[in-house]
Amino acid sequence: MFRDAGLVAGKDLRIELRSQVTMQQVFPFAVLVLILFGIALDPDRGFLGRASAGLFWVTVLFCALLAIQRAFTIESADGGRDALRLSGLDPAGIFLGKAAAIAVQLLAIEAVLAVGVVVMYGTEVTGVPLLVATIAAATAGLAAAGTLYGVLAAGLRVRETLLPILLLPVLSPVLIGATEAFEAALGGAATDGWPWLGLLVVFALLYLAFGTLAFGTLLEES
Amino acid sequence: MEPAVQLRGAVTLLGRFPALAGIDLDVAAGEIVLLRGPNGAGKTTLLRLCAGLLPLARGEGRVLGHDLSDRRQARALRTRVGLLGHATGLYDELTVADNVRFWGRAAGADAADVAAALAGCGLDGRLRDVPVAALSAGQRRRTSLACLVARRPELWLLDEPHAGLDHDGRELLDDLVQRAVDAGATVLLASHDLERAEALAHRVVTLAGGTTGAEPPPGRGRVGPEEVALVP
Repeated sequence: MFRDAGLVAGKDLRIELRSQVTMQQVFPFAVLVLILFGIALDPDRGFLGRASAGLFWVTVLFCALLAIQRAFTIESADGGRDALRLSGLDPAGIFLGKAAAIAVQLLAIEAVLAVGVVVMYGTEVTGVPLLVATIAAATAGLAAAGTLYGVLAAGLRVRETLLPILLLPVLSPVLIGATEAFEAALGGAATDGWPWLGLLVVFALLYLAFGTLAFGTLLEES
Repeated sequence: MEPAVQLRGAVTLLGRFPALAGIDLDVAAGEIVLLRGPNGAGKTTLLRLCAGLLPLARGEGRVLGHDLSDRRQARALRTRVGLLGHATGLYDELTVADNVRFWGRAAGADAADVAAALAGCGLDGRLRDVPVAALSAGQRRRTSLACLVARRPELWLLDEPHAGLDHDGRELLDDLVQRAVDAGATVLLASHDLERAEALAHRVVTLAGGTTGAEPPPGRGRVGPEEVALVP
């Protein structure tokens, strides 16, 4: 399973490196969303600084949708889905591999966004351990749930429009938990943030476990 | 010896439509069988059924000893077959070598198998490091064939395998098929290129309307109630 996961993750990341979709399209999109939030909410840096945790994670959520769509678009082209079914790869390995590749891309996007938030919104970084742990847990949850719903929607003609409708409500616990944990860390009250981190960890573990078990069936049936 | 493919009254549905409406077929191990028939006869569906990609709705089916009515067995079968279909399953952004390496390693092939597959399909030269997106249709076909060869399947399922290949590519494909059969593989191919495919095949099975029938090609004799031998 882990050998197959490594194979799939390596393949997906190599495709992203060659196509540069994340670098040339998702990164600019992420920065653009931050700028638009700044314009829409007025350049009142005090308010933007206070709202930066929520704005950061809403932007991550939008970018995650793009990364998940992309991860399954490459499998939809030219019979890739049937090739995967025939490949002999363990479905759990495919799930973990695709989730890992999405997670790596999200971590890169989050790094860019973090710099953007600090520079554009004037957010002061405090509570670094909680911030890092929150990013790790939330990213794992986004990638796991995204991969699971991504394969569910991938077999449908209306997948581009259906995926956000399916996925955004499911990801709302991540948005809430990560935002609360970030606000606690940035507000200097990190102890208030650890329970929210617990929620994120539980969410990630649940979807990793469920995805490992159910991905094969979803790949076959959807 | 158990036949490589054994179908009895096999029915496969595409939605509610019976794409195969009661197929009877036996393919012996080491045999090359040509499926022919008009568009929509069910050739592609039959190949996908034999690959374990489509469920058997009714009837009986065993491929390489796997019971097609058992989903677990049908999935396990997939690692032992290679399907060359209309779609190539290739990743445009990756090079020829990357694609063959990925699909080969997925099936347990090692670096030597991958290198041999690339060389065997004439892809070990400058094409090796070319992204698939930059290939012609024939070169893509060759790459797809190399992916199949790297997997070293026991049952080759070839859907219009000569399509898009130039003369050298067709010769190469026929040679690879012959070598695979000499090594013990079984081949089921569907083709409209009858002259070339009949020269390659041991037997022809005709499909029409999702069922098997047969007719002898010109100058050949009928040897069975439904099937035709092309081997002299």
